[in-house]
Amino acid sequence: MTRLKAEQRHAVRFTLNGKPVEGEAEPRMLLSDFLRHQLGATGTHVGCEHGVCGACTIVVDGMLTRSCLSLAVQVDGCELKTVEGLAPSADRLGVLQQALRRNHALQCGFCTAGILMSLDHYLAKNPAPTEAEIRDLLSGHICRCTGYTPIIRAALDAAAELASSSKETSDA
Amino acid sequence: MKPPAFDYLRAESVGDVLEGLAQRGGDARVLAGGQSLMAMLNMRLAKPKLLIDIMRIRELRQIERKGDAVVIGAGVRQADLLAWPDLAETLPLVALALPWVGHMQTRSRGTICGSLAHADPSAEMPLALVALGGEVLLRNTRRRRRVVAKDFFAGMMLTARADDELIEGISLPVVKGARVAFREVARRHGDFAIVACAAMKIPTGVRLAVGGVADVPTASDWPQLEGSALDDALNTFAYELGARDDVHASARYRRDLVRMIGRDLIGEVLQ
Ligand SMILES: Cc1cc2nc3c(=O)[nH]c(=O)nc-3n(C[C@@H](O)[C@H](O)[C@H](O)COP(=O)(O)OP(=O)(O)OC[C@H]3O[C@@H](n4cnc5c(N)ncnc54)[C@H](O)[C@@H]3O)c2cc1C
Ligand code: FES
Ligand code: FES
Repeated sequence: MTRLKAEQRHAVRFTLNGKPVEGEAEPRMLLSDFLRHQLGATGTHVGCEHGVCGACTIVVDGMLTRSCLSLAVQVDGCELKTVEGLAPSADRLGVLQQALRRNHALQCGFCTAGILMSLDHYLAKNPAPTEAEIRDLLSGHICRCTGYTPIIRAALDAAAELASSSKETSDA
Repeated sequence: MKPPAFDYLRAESVGDVLEGLAQRGGDARVLAGGQSLMAMLNMRLAKPKLLIDIMRIRELRQIERKGDAVVIGAGVRQADLLAWPDLAETLPLVALALPWVGHMQTRSRGTICGSLAHADPSAEMPLALVALGGEVLLRNTRRRRRVVAKDFFAGMMLTARADDELIEGISLPVVKGARVAFREVARRHGDFAIVACAAMKIPTGVRLAVGGVADVPTASDWPQLEGSALDDALNTFAYELGARDDVHASARYRRDLVRMIGRDLIGEVLQ
């Protein structure tokens, strides 16, 4: 049993996109704020802090997670993946990211980090999604700019590309 | 907004939780999936002095078949139950209703028992518990008790759980070959229900349970009715639920939905 006092800061350690990180947090500090303000990982955005908009969505121990509905102290020892972990290298975009760009699936980009995390997580488990499944997944995100249609197109586009590239490697 | 200050206790056993609750009572809150509680903290609708995180307690994470019932522990997330291979066969009504609870991104964290503890009048799991006649398993440092669904929900976001009690799990009866149906109307899929209905064939006729209208999910049992007798029964039930106007829908629209969906679902389970 671990009991952390309200007024004190406590050490929090976890793995962020494969690298060990640490910082200090009071129990009440939201994970979204810890990522952005303590670690400077500002790729994760914050919209509503009610769990509704989806901008802050990340992956914790393989679970899609609203980082605004998690406490930093809750994820001590966990494995986190954020949008900063999607690109294969600093100067290249991943297949899904390229598909969003190609399909004009973002304008202001505020919602994009969260949507990318949901899609990346979902496509890894469901490589051949239907449009209805993508729509259902996107019900957990709010985008005020695009009207969703290009995001759905990008997701299906990325799925097709990922499927053909994995086929090529398996044929090789 | 940001949460107010609280102590955080990462419980490693049920004993840790019960002790924390016994010490702090109404000032302590169990933190399960956080999908309702964290939003309430961020809005400062709740100001507990102590949060007791139960999600690292392995013994609470079980889904178990026990005779004619399925027992679901407090640490079982909504996504865990949806992925349970026996769900459709043992609990077909839950299999129909669960995909309507929030979104994939909230079901991955939110628990079944947390939804019952939260007792939102439009929530799907309380409705399923009432429709199936399940039981809530409560425990404090001194005793364990079981409360049947219809006695558990006491009002809007109010339950029979005492401040020092943990919901250890719930027990849902497995009804062999049950004919069930579920339907919901919401602004968008994943939003809270304006009206949600569940119907089930029972030996004496049919049961209709409705969420989103009264302060608590409400079930009514009828013999096999048809035609105008069924219309009358549905109409009386729709009025008895005491629908109110709110920003999402008028009382009249809610009554209309109860009559229409009720009729459809009863037709579905009795055909
Ligand atoms: C965007 C969004 C949409 C949603 N849509 C829906 C919807 O359509 N339908 C729906 O039903 N829900 C919906 N929810 C809420 C649902 O996701 C929550 O999972 C659920 O209401 C609470 O479960 P939890 O495990 O997250 O509990 P928490 O948020 O951790 O806790 C909720 C309350 O229950 C208490 N509690 C939790 N577990 C226990 C226990 N074992 N013993 C005693 N007390 C306990 C807590 O102290 C707290 O008061 C939505 C949430 C979000 C963010
Ligand atoms: S900021 Fe977390 S869901 Fe909106
Ligand atoms: S791109 Fe602006 S909110 Fe989605």
